[in-house]
Parts: sequence; structure tokens; C-alpha cells
Amino acid sequence: MASGLMLEETELRLGLPGGGAGELAEVAVIRSSGKRGFLETIDLKLKLQTPAESKESESTEQGNKATDPHEKPPAPKEQAVGWPPVRSFRKNILNVQQQSESKNKEEQSDKAAAAAAAAFVKVSMDGAPYLRKVDLKTYKSYQELSTALQKMFSSFATSGNYGSEQGVSVRDFMNGAGKVTALVINGSEYVTTYEDKDGDWMLVGDVPWEMFVDSCKRLRVMKGSEVVGLAPTAMEKRKNRG
Amino acid sequence: MGRVRGGEERADQPPPFSDQVLENVIENVLEFLEYRRDRNAASLVCRSWYRAEAQTRREVFIGNCYAVSPARAITRFRAARALVLKGRPRFADFNLVPPGWGARFSPWVAAMAPAYPWLERVCLKRMTVSDADLALLARSFPSFRDLTLICCDGFGTPGLATIAELCRNLRVLDLIENDVEDEDEQVADWISKFPEATACLESLSFECVNCPVNFAALEALVVRSRSLRRLRVNQHVSIHQLRRLMERAPQLTQLGTGSFHSVPGAAGAPDLDVADLESTYAASKSLVCLSGFRMLEHEYLPAIFPVCANLVSLNLSYAMITAEQLKPVIFQCHNLHTFWVLDTIGDDGLQAVAKSCKNLSELRVFPFDASEDSEGSVSDSGLVAISEGCPKLRSILYFCQRMTNAAVMAMSKNCPDLVVFRLCIMGRCRPDQITGEPMDEGFGAIVMNCKKLTRLAVSGLLTDRVFEYIANHGKSVRTLSVAFAGNTDLSLKYILEGCPNLQKLEIRDSPFGDAGLLSGIHHFYNMRFVWMSACKLSSAGCKEVARSLPHLVVEVIGEWSQDLDTDAVEKLYLYRSLDGPREDAPPFVKIL
Repeated sequence: MASGLMLEETELRLGLPGGGAGELAEVAVIRSSGKRGFLETIDLKLKLQTPAESKESESTEQGNKATDPHEKPPAPKEQAVGWPPVRSFRKNILNVQQQSESKNKEEQSDKAAAAAAAAFVKVSMDGAPYLRKVDLKTYKSYQELSTALQKMFSSFATSGNYGSEQGVSVRDFMNGAGKVTALVINGSEYVTTYEDKDGDWMLVGDVPWEMFVDSCKRLRVMKGSEVVGLAPTAMEKRKNRG
Repeated sequence: MGRVRGGEERADQPPPFSDQVLENVIENVLEFLEYRRDRNAASLVCRSWYRAEAQTRREVFIGNCYAVSPARAITRFRAARALVLKGRPRFADFNLVPPGWGARFSPWVAAMAPAYPWLERVCLKRMTVSDADLALLARSFPSFRDLTLICCDGFGTPGLATIAELCRNLRVLDLIENDVEDEDEQVADWISKFPEATACLESLSFECVNCPVNFAALEALVVRSRSLRRLRVNQHVSIHQLRRLMERAPQLTQLGTGSFHSVPGAAGAPDLDVADLESTYAASKSLVCLSGFRMLEHEYLPAIFPVCANLVSLNLSYAMITAEQLKPVIFQCHNLHTFWVLDTIGDDGLQAVAKSCKNLSELRVFPFDASEDSEGSVSDSGLVAISEGCPKLRSILYFCQRMTNAAVMAMSKNCPDLVVFRLCIMGRCRPDQITGEPMDEGFGAIVMNCKKLTRLAVSGLLTDRVFEYIANHGKSVRTLSVAFAGNTDLSLKYILEGCPNLQKLEIRDSPFGDAGLLSGIHHFYNMRFVWMSACKLSSAGCKEVARSLPHLVVEVIGEWSQDLDTDAVEKLYLYRSLDGPREDAPPFVKIL
């Protein structure tokens, strides 16, 4: 039951500007839990990615999460949604607290630094009627976030046919903002943008992952054709401020 | 609200004269019935009692807002002064219910506005309340005095401003763990909107409102509200400001302290001396309940010493403190009944609690790092210590990474009065830390030894056996939460057939299928709801349930509407309803 493969190779540049040659994109056909049919996802190999990360991203996503208890439970690679059952409200507040406790040098600061308190942000997609919320701290890289977003929105965008134009792929194109890396869902191009702490809308992918997680307030998946007049990249912003 | 019965439509016709005299007598007697269970029983005696009870019920409690339409509730209870309404299923708190699912307050407030001119009190939990709803509420009920919103969303500070401004008799405004959303441009200075004339406020809680408040207005409000007993401020109130508020209101009984943090370099404010803050606390002789500490600066914690001996309730669950920082406080809290804390205190901190809080009734230990692979600071030994030191324990919520059957068994024997036992071993399917066995025996001991248990949440590695134990011994269990547990449909069969009092069942990520679900058909009308997500249900089984039980609403919920075409059911939410399927279901919900 293989589904269609990506038809083109693309050159991706999701690392810092001025970096070396981009990597090739590969397609990994990943079987979902078996209940829904296939999702095509793209396995992005970022320049910055470590070998450990790339192994992780190639593994299949979890099938049935309820394991046979007589086997050793598998080490979970994905965090389950809403587990452990702590309200996001509580997770977020502790995150704020850590950031302001910068002068606390007791043993708590080690815990604070290591803790993966949550960073919930809203995600909207143009044309989708409902918002979602994701916890950025559950992802370790742009790739994982990208995969999650594709899963989240591809079931909205696909219409059930799996012809050559359907599914999700990645393509670069030029528009008024310069070179942009787009998700192609169902033949339309979508670009992921985020609102940062200053209220500016930026393209996702410009800054190191941790910096992005700290500054991202909201995500928006918008049609590629509308990506004009975005704020200059975060790096340029910083340069301009001197 | 009473069981489903026929012939209700005729209950509103006026009875003959002699019966009317009797009814008036009954009404006077029924005024004295407070508990809704008593009232429900009285209403079933005969039509006359039904009518009389309906006329005299002042507080209407609706545990599932979709179980009954606003019109039906209002038609039956014409004299209600208070409404308590609950909406979304609890798993919505953990992002398992997509936004936009429902539970909107709008149809309720629209129906009540013309019908309940004397409405005084509204309490909502997990509902979506818009600013427009709040405005309609504020305008429609001149006697309105009490608004409590818990885990709600959909409103912002403009809605609060309308409430403040128009509810002239407001006594209680309690906002607890709501998602208060404001677009940046729209933030309203709602505290200033309380008119000068409003001076009857008794309780004000706004910890969940995330934007700064106008402190001068807040202080003025506190000064003129001589009846104020409960004040819980948000984290934008600094410790200096807190002190001023406490000095204006030494009569407070409950205090949410806000940040408990000084603002460095604040203009004109020298560093607050701990001794000065301590003397302020010493003057608050009525304080019995403390919470807040949202950004605790540890040096200030000793300031609360003067009130510790009087404290009945202490919530430190936002404070990252160690055992050593806790001990000087907790050793003085001999009267504590309720204690919420972060697991940063470790087993050592729990030992200290066990040593000093002999009257402890409710304990909640929250995880500082709520992830599956975090280190975890509390373990089985902390649980045992608590059980040994606090035999009167009735309610516990405990997050940990390491647990043993022996520890849970110890608690079951040492704390026989347990009513609520919620243990969350954060690593999925984690076995007994020492023996490697499933956690079946531990939870089994809980249901065997704690005869008053009504609420249970299980976790860790669990087989069908634990559900057999629950079915055989957990006869009083009303609420059961299950996650990543069980082997086969037998588990579900056991509890649906064995627990006669089961009302709320929430299950996620467990291998239970249609056969298990169908074994509950005889019982679903007696339940408030069943939630099952990421189990092994198919639409055939769910349709069978819907076919067999016409008064049951069976919802299949997907992330997007396309998910609903498949045979597998990802999320099931079923509940009884007197008024059939709801009309406001979004596209990603299919009602079978």
C-alpha cells in the first residue's frame, strides 16, 4: 500500500544564512497508526542536525501507544499529547518563573535550566476553521516541528485522493521576501511564519532553534503567495539594531 | 436533575384546589432541603412533590451542559437563583479536545435573561464564555452578586470590565485557572471600572488574568470593600504592593499573594525588609488560607511565619522550593488540612510534612518538570512517609517517576479514609520500581482497603487484573481515570459491569474495543459521560451503542472533519441527554 513519492529533489536552506550548500530532501513514507491511511511527510536533513537526531527522525512514529505490558515498554520517542496530565496553564507559568529567576544560583537553577517546562503557542492555518495549540518544548528541532505541522494540517488539506499532485512536499520559490522554503500541501504552497516577542511576523527557520522557541509567541501557516512584506529576517533585524 | 421520566410535560398544568393547598404545604417543607440528591429524591415521589420541589429549588446544578437544553431547565425550575454549569470533558484540560468543540455559555445566558430576573449566582466550569455573554449577564440581572469561572475560556478583560461596571451588587468575582485571552490592543483597565459606590465585594480572585492591573484602582477598591474576605491577585502584583493591600485589609481570611517578588530598581521603593513584611502578616490575624507565590523570592518566605499556626490551607505549588526552605514553614503548620506543593521539596520535604501536619486531609504534589523522562524528585518513600504521618488523609494527587506496589499498599492501610486517590506515574507503563511487576496489586489494595473511595486515577504498568480488583471492590467509585493501561476488553467489561456507582469514566490510549464498550449498555444512562480516546473502538461498535440507547448522545471527535470518514474511532464522548443531539456541533464532531 505504498503511496506516491516526491517527484522532485529540492535544495533546502534552513540553516543560518551564509551557510554552506543545502542538503537534499528525502521522502520517508511513514505509516500512521494504521487507522487513517497514509501521511506523507518530509524528512528534512538540516545542516545543523546531529546523526542522533537524524536516526530519530527516520524511525516510524508510534503505532499503537498501548503496549503489551508483558514486553518491555518501548522508550517513548514522542511525547504523548497531554501526558503527563498537567494543565498547560500550570506548565507555562513555571516557564515564566524560570526566566525571571535568573539571579537564583542555588541548586534549583540547574533544575531550572534542564527542565522542559512547556511553551504553548497557538497555531493557525489559513483556511482552517480552528486553531491548534502546540508545545514547542516537545520538539527539539525545526524538523520535528515541521513534521508535526504537516501531520496536523495535511489531513485538512488532502481530499482523499492520492494522485501525483496531492500530499505534502517541499519547494523553494522566490517572492518579494526573497527565497522562501514552502510546504506544498495539495498543490498549494504554504509557509510557516511566527510572531516574535516584538510583535513582528518572521519566517520560521532563520534563527537557532532555542532562540526561536524563546521568542515565538504564535505560529501561522499561510499561503505562500501572501508572504510579502514580512519583517526582515531575524538576523537582519539584529544587525540593524546594532 | 433526576432520571429520565415520561409524562413530564403534563406536570405544569395547574392541579385541583385541594391539591394546591397540599402543594403549598409541601413547598414550605421542601424549602429546607438543600442537597440536590435529597431534592432529586423528593421530586420523584409524585407529581405534586415534583411540582413543589421544582418551585423551590434555588440552585440548579447541571453537570453536563448538553444533558438538557436551557429551555427545559428553565421551564422546570422557575424560581432558580443560582446556576452551576459544567461543559467540556476534563481531558480538554490536556489538549485532547480540539478548540471549538462546544460548551458555549451563550444559549444559556440568552435563555435566562428573560426568565430569571432574580438570578444571583452563576458558576461555570470548562465553558466558553464570550465578552458579549458577560455583558448580557451584567445587564440582565440586577440582583446578580456572584460569578465564579473555572477553567473557562473565550473572554478577556473587556468582559470583566462590563461585569465590574454594571453588577452593582457584586460580592464575588472568582476567576480560577481560566484562559483569559486579550488581543494586545484590547486590554481593558477592568479594575477601575468598579464604581465608587460598589463596596460590598467579599471575594476577588484574578490570578489567571495575565495582564498587569491598575494598582491604584485595586488599592482603592480594597480600601472601600470592608467586607472583603478573600483576595487573590495575579503575578503582576509585587511584594511591596501586596504588603500595602494587606495593610488596607487586615480582615482577610484568604490571600493569594501574587508574585511574592520585589521589582528590582522600582522607582522610590527601597528593598522591602523581611521583618516589615512579617509584621504585616502578624497583623492579619484572620488568615487561614494562603496561595500565590508565583515568583517566590526565598528570602521573603519567613515573613509568613506569624500566620502558619492558623493556616488551614497552603498552596505552594508555584514555588520552586527545596526541603530545607520548606521545613521552617511547614514545621509551624500544625493545623494544615490542605497542602499543594511542587515535587522540588523531594521525599525529604514530604517527611517534614508528615511529621508536622497530623490533620492533613488533602495533599497535591505537582511535578516541577512535567515530562516522562524527567528525574523526578519524589518517590515511593515520600508516599509512605505521608501515609504514616497523616492517617486522616482523604484526598491525594501525586505525580512521581518511581513507585512501588508496597508503598501504595502501605497508604491503603494507613489511610483508610481516602476518598480520592490519584497517582500519576509519569513514565508511561512503568512497573514497580523494585519488583518490576505491574502496579495492579497496589491499586487493588487501595480499592480493597479504602471503603469510602469515590474517585480513582490509575497509572503505571497495569494489566486487566487491576480492573478486576476495581470491579470487585471499588463499589463506591464514581469517577475513574485510566491511561495507557489494561490488556484486553475484559478490563472495560469488568468496570462497566462491576461498578454500579460509576458516573464518569475517562480512558485514553488503552487497548479497549467495541466488545468492552458494548458491555456498558445497561449502565450508560446512569452515567454522566464516558470518554475514550486512542483506544480500539470502531464506528460499528459506537453505532450499536447509539442504536440501543436513543437518549444517549454518542459523539465521535476527530482533529479535522476528514478524520470522521474512517472506520476507526479516535475519540469517543458519550453522555445521556434529555433533548437529543446538540445543534452546535462543529464539523469535526459526528453524532451517531
